[in-house]
Amino acid sequence: MTGKILVNEQVVPNVHRLVLDAPMIARRAQPGQFIMIIPDAEGERVPFTLSDWDIEAGTITIYYQEAGVSTMKLTALKPGESVHVVVGPLGRPTKIEKHGTVLVGGGCYGLGAIYPLAKAFKEAGNKVIAMLEARTTYIVYNEERLSEVTDEIIVVTADGSRGVRGHIKDGMKVLSDRGEKIDHSHFVGCTFMMMLSAEATKPYGIPTIVSLNTLMVDGTGMCGVCRVLVDGNTKFACVDGPDFDGHMVNWDMVFARKRGYEGEENLAYQFHKCRVDGAISQNAKSQEAV
Amino acid sequence: MSKRRDGLTAKERMAIPRAKMPEQDAQARASNFEEVPLGLTPEQAMEESKRCLECRKQPCVHGCPVGVQIPEFLDLVGQGKFVEAARLIKETNILPAVTGRVCPQEDQCEGDCTLFKKYGGVSIGALERFVADYERNNSIVEIPPKPKPSGKKVAVIGSGPSGLTVAGDLILEGHEVTMFEALHEAGGVLVYGIPEFRLPKEIVKAEVNYLAKQGVDIQLHKVVGMSIAMNELLEEYDSVYIGVGAGLPTFMRIKGEELNGVFSANEYLTRANLMKGYLFPEYDSPLPPGKHTCVIGGGNVAMDAARVARRLGGESTIVYRRAREQLPARGEEVHHAEEEGIDFQLLTNPVRIIGQDGKVVGMECIRMELGEPDDSGRRRPIPIEGSNFEIECDQVVISIGAGPNPLLIQTMPDLEINRWGYIEVDKNNRTNIEKVWAGGDIVTGAATVILAMGAGRIAARSIQAYLTGQPQPGTEEQQEEAS
Repeated sequence: MTGKILVNEQVVPNVHRLVLDAPMIARRAQPGQFIMIIPDAEGERVPFTLSDWDIEAGTITIYYQEAGVSTMKLTALKPGESVHVVVGPLGRPTKIEKHGTVLVGGGCYGLGAIYPLAKAFKEAGNKVIAMLEARTTYIVYNEERLSEVTDEIIVVTADGSRGVRGHIKDGMKVLSDRGEKIDHSHFVGCTFMMMLSAEATKPYGIPTIVSLNTLMVDGTGMCGVCRVLVDGNTKFACVDGPDFDGHMVNWDMVFARKRGYEGEENLAYQFHKCRVDGAISQNAKSQEAV
Repeated sequence: MSKRRDGLTAKERMAIPRAKMPEQDAQARASNFEEVPLGLTPEQAMEESKRCLECRKQPCVHGCPVGVQIPEFLDLVGQGKFVEAARLIKETNILPAVTGRVCPQEDQCEGDCTLFKKYGGVSIGALERFVADYERNNSIVEIPPKPKPSGKKVAVIGSGPSGLTVAGDLILEGHEVTMFEALHEAGGVLVYGIPEFRLPKEIVKAEVNYLAKQGVDIQLHKVVGMSIAMNELLEEYDSVYIGVGAGLPTFMRIKGEELNGVFSANEYLTRANLMKGYLFPEYDSPLPPGKHTCVIGGGNVAMDAARVARRLGGESTIVYRRAREQLPARGEEVHHAEEEGIDFQLLTNPVRIIGQDGKVVGMECIRMELGEPDDSGRRRPIPIEGSNFEIECDQVVISIGAGPNPLLIQTMPDLEINRWGYIEVDKNNRTNIEKVWAGGDIVTGAATVILAMGAGRIAARSIQAYLTGQPQPGTEEQQEEAS
């Protein structure tokens, strides 16, 4: 059944891998696209980047972090149970071309999400270098799969516990110091990581694509909540993106709009947590509870 | 038409006062999402129906985009045959409970009623709603017997009013009908756009279920163009109907639109209606109440958004650049909005939205005056220089219309579209691509529920002719055959 959970496991602290039965989506999925999940009948529509799919098995894979009410609901679901709704694939696929040497960089959920990109760039005849950014060594994951589709993996940790110490820009320096010419780059991760990565590639003049992860409601171009300014033009991340030129994105606006519902997100998370913990009854209405 | 039994004279009919539908008290309803008009009683309905003069020329029927047999159904209401009346309406209009509520009757059937000017038209909308509600609430909705299978397959893209009509008409002809909906509930604008207090979602659900029970296969969360390619549909189905609506939000391109607290009407209403944001945090999608919400625009959608904002507890203002007489919204909606305490800033246009720390704190506006008529025939609003002023507000909802969503169309490079991106069709709503029809807002631009249904009906007739090898409606061949 579409939406049935096959795997829902924590791969490293607070990064979860979710494998869903979704043959229709798997069949049409392309690198760079996303899906939307509604965890339960009262849930929001939440976008997630497609990180893998298997047409024959009819499955799709996403990686996610528990960061709010929807992902908290997701972590509670067990194999055999189902998400309320899964829809996709959505968004424009990533433009895959032969550039020469391509750098794919990931952070947090992006370590999972860059896999289809790396694979596609590799299949298109590129030399593919994956750069995995993490705070520390024990939250690096997906290396084995990535090694199947890349020529090299560079690990960058903020605390220097493994690989290059620092961030993507420090990894870039290593590449440049050894004379590696990068023809194209693509980054997937939290907004901050993508912004810093785009800043890091700019001095080298490397064309840089980022996969934005804005708020969305419908995900089909209807509501406009995902609007971003790219080179001064309003674009919808859901239908014009999610890939954009990282050097042209107005990052201040991306950050500001992501925080648009911060207060409500906290409230929803706490309200749900209180219900789960039994601090308020399952059927409590907000008026009574808060 | 059978002879009327009540024996009233025209004079007696005209003497009957127009029924007044009871409504929820304005103050009470300004803080709840329950329906505003409460519906007629059976006695009121029977009495009101007797006002019909049974004009020979039936101006009301001509005023109806789908040609509901109005005098005949009114006669049945007068006899207390409510269920029969509902079924008679359904022969031409499959969603009477919906259209009875949201049709602009004052511009259509009721506006063309002989009584309209002097006495107020017969309350056709209220009566339509009454009989449809009566049938549904008494669980006497009858599923028509399954017709003989035709062996033909029809795909309907979009489950809004026009798609529902096409599906409803063609399932009765024995075709296999599959309806594709991108969102997680069927009904299109009826579920994401029109608020609960104007159209309870239970009614839409009942109408959709009625189609499902007849055998329409409703495929939710399937985005044609993404989840399924148009080519796949063309291979698998004998005909395809595109009824995807005008769902692309329009922004104003003024400063400050990127601020938090600025919504498209689509976002605002989708959060409220489809996502049940007014029940947050019982439902997870937030729709934070504004202290003061300014809604830009003067159509029905703007009224809906302003009335939602009011119900969430804040002050609510309509900002419209023309005068009251030009408000495109129905008189009834404007009236309801006013009753609920919504402020109207007319002849006023926003210049920029003012922000602080990424959030809306106000809006700079300019006063307008009306000049010469423009292309639409309405007098063109002209800014009055130096009349700028600021409104303090923390939310702005932009409700200045919608455009065609390109998601599906861009995957069909051969499809003929006009310069605004809407699909070009002939008088039978056929597109330039074999086997493909289109109708509703994706052809006309944002219009009304009943016009979309009318478009669906035209397409359904044409599809039926195509699938059965008959000449197309309105062609010479067809007219010869008919005579």
